[in-house]
Amino acid sequence: MLDTLIQGLLLGGLYALFALGLSLMFGVMRLTNTAQGDFIVLAAFAAIALAPLVGSQSVPAVVLLLPVAFGFGYALQRWVLNGTLGRDPLPSLVVTFGLSIVIQNGLLELFSADPRSLDSAGFNTRSVALGEGVAVGALPLAIFGTALLCTVALQALFDRTAIGRAFRAVSDDREIAELMGLDANRIYALATAIAFIVIALAGSLQAMRTTVAPSDGPLLLLFAFEAVIIGGMGSFWGTFAGAMVLGLAQQIGFRLDPGWGIWFGHLVFLAVLVVRPQGLFPRTRG
Amino acid sequence: MTAALIETHKLTAHYGDAQALFGIDFKLHAGEVVAIIGANGAGKSTFLKTLTGLVKCARDAVRLRGRPVGSLAPGAIVRQGLAMVPEGRRLFPSLSVEENLLMGAFAGRRGPWDLRRLFVLFPILEQKRRSPATELSGGQQQMVAIGRALMGNPDVLLCDELSLGLAPIVIKEIYDAVPALTREGMSLVIVEQDVGVAQRVSQRVVCFQEGRVSLEGASDALTREQISRAYFGV
Repeated sequence: MLDTLIQGLLLGGLYALFALGLSLMFGVMRLTNTAQGDFIVLAAFAAIALAPLVGSQSVPAVVLLLPVAFGFGYALQRWVLNGTLGRDPLPSLVVTFGLSIVIQNGLLELFSADPRSLDSAGFNTRSVALGEGVAVGALPLAIFGTALLCTVALQALFDRTAIGRAFRAVSDDREIAELMGLDANRIYALATAIAFIVIALAGSLQAMRTTVAPSDGPLLLLFAFEAVIIGGMGSFWGTFAGAMVLGLAQQIGFRLDPGWGIWFGHLVFLAVLVVRPQGLFPRTRG
Repeated sequence: MTAALIETHKLTAHYGDAQALFGIDFKLHAGEVVAIIGANGAGKSTFLKTLTGLVKCARDAVRLRGRPVGSLAPGAIVRQGLAMVPEGRRLFPSLSVEENLLMGAFAGRRGPWDLRRLFVLFPILEQKRRSPATELSGGQQQMVAIGRALMGNPDVLLCDELSLGLAPIVIKEIYDAVPALTREGMSLVIVEQDVGVAQRVSQRVVCFQEGRVSLEGASDALTREQISRAYFGV
């Protein structure tokens, strides 16, 4: 049972990384990025493509990817997604859905349908002993640590910095925030740029952990979406907690029957939607 | 008289196909307090929103210190010295009192107003600085809204319906702060439903009716009858 709990929490760490960017973009702009999963896969393939340029090493490839992802996210929001924002959520849903199709087909064209992975130089097979008879994988532990660090950093950014205040202000009331001298379009672009840093980390770590294929995006979006909804929209700690719940539910399902894991997670998601549609910890930030 | 700080010339404004302002000519001089009165829907709030760029108008229709600002974004206008206390206060609900006040300083204008000085003007805000802004009473929220605008160190403060929904004693407390602002040379445009309050706190009253100026004059020279006619159009 302890093993199931630990594996569930570690899997939850990965889902938290999938979901934090979605939570950030929704929290600041009320924008549901339906291409979230495909952007994670795109980041994974970008890391795989960058690796040969830096001696086939994964860490330098990820370090190289982060500023690229930041710039890509900024430009995407500033010149594409900002044009879709407004009272009607449909334009942003349609545009991100379109982007998801473009990314999937673009990756198919460039990389074929073959699954690929990012070489972690054996890190994905190492384990760390936690005590008598209990050992966990070093990579899942690193993924969990990264997710925890990202959650703490995003929460601190929102709660304790001037740019965090600006994020919350434009989220609360864009018109009044602009009256204070803020350029909402730039603030939104910065929020998406930060979300893409997390997306880049999520994609790279996913590619180290397992193989990725161009068609993986929708399933990753589903896990991200479930984690955000379980935790409560627009809340980083809520998203983290939601991801833990989802990871645990899937691991318990896998333990009951190897075929039950994924749908057991969906079952918990549906149960939360019915019992507490606002999520377990809505808007804990701020 | 010195050149106008704000000047509008044949200012018009629209919401879609509906025209809200019809050729408003208006001047505000440094250190002046002007009250704008009028019935609901007369165009008072639209006028303030047009001055701050929230409602678009022709480039030359609004001039600030002689420079056309009619087509600028709100942020650019704020950086040139305009600040607004919006109707209904519209504080940021996810920010504390202090954070709301700090948002006002985002435009980066230097001047006499900072947190320390604001807490002298409104001491209750220092006690409540860590509280969520929306948990304060209506009067205290209005103080935060005024303080947030002052943190931008504006030359002109536009106040939209400061007294709306507040008790008379709270209204008096808020308007008692006006002399402290004008002493610094700040100009004020105050949209006010209460004609008595408007006349008391201002030097000049401008009455709007259906998007047009129906009366304008020195606050202490206008009679109740003149104002009633201009206000209701009868």
